[in-house]
Amino acid sequence: MLTKILLFAFCLLNLSGFHPQSTAKNATTITVWHWMTDRQPAFQELAKRYLALTGIKVNFELYAPSDAYSQKVRAAAQGFNLPDIFGILGEKRDFASFIKAGHILDLTPYMDANLGQWRNSFFAKALAVNEFAAGNTYGIKVGVYAAPIDVMTIQMLYNKDLFRQLGLNPDHPPQDFSELLDIGKKIKAEHLQGLVSGWGEIWMIDCLANNYAFNIMGKDKVLATIRGEVPYTDVDWIRVFSLFRDMQESGVLAGGIVTMVNKTAEQLFANGKAVFAFNGSWCVNVYKGMNPSLNYGAFLPPEASDKFPMSIWGGAGSSFMVNARSKNKEEAVKFLKWLTDKDQEAYLAEATNNLPANKESVKKISPVLAEFASVMDASTHPNVWGVSEFSAVIEAFDKGIQSIIIGEKTPEQVAAEVQKIKERELAKRH
Amino acid sequence: MRIKDTLENYIFVLPAVIIFAIFYIIPFIWVFQLSFFEWDGILPTKIFVGLGNFREILADKIWWQSMWQAGYITLIALTFQNALAFLLAWACDREIRMKNFYRVIFFIPPVLSEVVVGLVWQWILDGNYGLLNNWLVHLGLPDLVHNWLSDPRTALTTVAIVHCWKGFGWGFLIFLAGLQTIPRELYEAARVDGANAWDSFRKITIPLMIPVAVLVAILTILGTMQAFVLIIAMTGGGPAYHTQVPVLRILASMRGSSRFGYACAQGISFGIILVAISFIQYRFSKRARQYQ
Repeated sequence: MLTKILLFAFCLLNLSGFHPQSTAKNATTITVWHWMTDRQPAFQELAKRYLALTGIKVNFELYAPSDAYSQKVRAAAQGFNLPDIFGILGEKRDFASFIKAGHILDLTPYMDANLGQWRNSFFAKALAVNEFAAGNTYGIKVGVYAAPIDVMTIQMLYNKDLFRQLGLNPDHPPQDFSELLDIGKKIKAEHLQGLVSGWGEIWMIDCLANNYAFNIMGKDKVLATIRGEVPYTDVDWIRVFSLFRDMQESGVLAGGIVTMVNKTAEQLFANGKAVFAFNGSWCVNVYKGMNPSLNYGAFLPPEASDKFPMSIWGGAGSSFMVNARSKNKEEAVKFLKWLTDKDQEAYLAEATNNLPANKESVKKISPVLAEFASVMDASTHPNVWGVSEFSAVIEAFDKGIQSIIIGEKTPEQVAAEVQKIKERELAKRH
Repeated sequence: MRIKDTLENYIFVLPAVIIFAIFYIIPFIWVFQLSFFEWDGILPTKIFVGLGNFREILADKIWWQSMWQAGYITLIALTFQNALAFLLAWACDREIRMKNFYRVIFFIPPVLSEVVVGLVWQWILDGNYGLLNNWLVHLGLPDLVHNWLSDPRTALTTVAIVHCWKGFGWGFLIFLAGLQTIPRELYEAARVDGANAWDSFRKITIPLMIPVAVLVAILTILGTMQAFVLIIAMTGGGPAYHTQVPVLRILASMRGSSRFGYACAQGISFGIILVAISFIQYRFSKRARQYQ
């Protein structure tokens, strides 16, 4: 009987993977979790170079798609088994929660060492996304909590060949909103597809809507709305909602955009089947892979008002954090410093066609990518605003715009619904 | 000796009990516990809100809309999908040519990945370059060309039909197994007594298939109410909220809003509704057996 039990226990321990050797960890191995499928070969190449340089092994572990990656990071945080270096996909409040839970190392002392050498190597906008400024509403100590790997901007793109087909000047993208609507009418008449974007995934609707909100009412009023001081039923917000109705009615928007995922939008634009796209700078690499001969250009969303400048979303595209509980945190910081140094950043930019976060690395980038880089000054991002809108409000806002596009609701109705949810959420917090 | 035997038996059952407890009982208790808290899934602290999450669910219009929409897809599955499954099973149970071939063909959709099926159908139904619209134009029906998945009037029904296509094979298989258990002598005796095919179908096949139909109905309701992968792949729950179903709302609460407590409360509420439906079905099937 005893033999049977011992045998059974032995089998069970083997099946469960218990192995004395497996608990021994190599102190010089740094593990990095990320979600960036297109960057994995370049990361692995850099890991090889780092091993040759320092003798420290770096494991880049890819977990895709990004939704699955996010869940993995959250689950690992709960189990206190996050890797040495990782990234967070989510809102600034999620970032803040990770810091409050003690999962993220404050990189400020490292950034500021040697007269701020590391800090000064980045574009200010790239670093801002990873910073918590004084008086932030999240209650986080002032500091920098992640190192940006690359930067991105999200703007409009147009197909130059289709522009020619429409009788338009291929070097003159629309300069204002009425010009965009006029092109929409031509697109409709020619039975072409207009603007494609991943509006089925909704956050990109939020992005364009906020671009126009900044343009129509300015940053202060947008932030006042988030703080609950200005209602969404304000005339300026109704104007923002109305722009989507106008785009739909003029023919600017491609059919089925409300359920379109960004991958489909990228395929349509890359294959020359859509006149416009609304996409981030990562698309340069994507389009190159899909159709290297695609003839296109980038431009800021055409202004709907001359009161305030157009502001697009931009800043850090992807960032890495160091696990504050990692035994290798000092080694991890050293590796991050090396990874974001100009040579490595230049290699990443060249290999992956993404904009480097290190300002000294912007040398050899393609003309289209340079167009994305040139508008960095006009960029903003919700993660630098210091306040976050409630998730329920963001969902109602974006779904409401979908309802306007499909002709189900008016801008006024959507504004009223969003405001109702805003008031409900504010009431919950007071 | 008897105690030793009993102990030995328990020791061998123990691993299964431990695995069951780790993967089913403990998570269920945690989910139940979390439903009374407000928690973002990251912070170590949770705020106790009592029945607040459940009260919020009662007032959550989108949640109830998603429930109604899941009910609508289920209704189509119960009628269209199961009727199709039964008719095809009945046809394959008869002496027709290539019946084994059909049996294999009809069972292919259920074994395919839901994501793949969703993406393929999305491609077929695409409003701009989809095959369906292309065929409609070639068939001289350009007026029917449509953005099937982006139009709120057609999105839910289109998703429901694709769900039926994907799921009818299970019903087909169970119905076929049920039909094969009906003794052939009953049909022969009926024929001798002068019954025609319709009489045999009405008086023999249908009554004897009632318990099987109830089983298929229970499985259809439980499976369809929880459908979401196909919907994510086809519409992502849009346009607006028109193809949202309860599981998508739970995911949205958890991933989109980082409200783990509310998501757990939604899960518990949804589970209670499904258990209630299953109980009603069970009572119904008991009656059907008594009738038989």
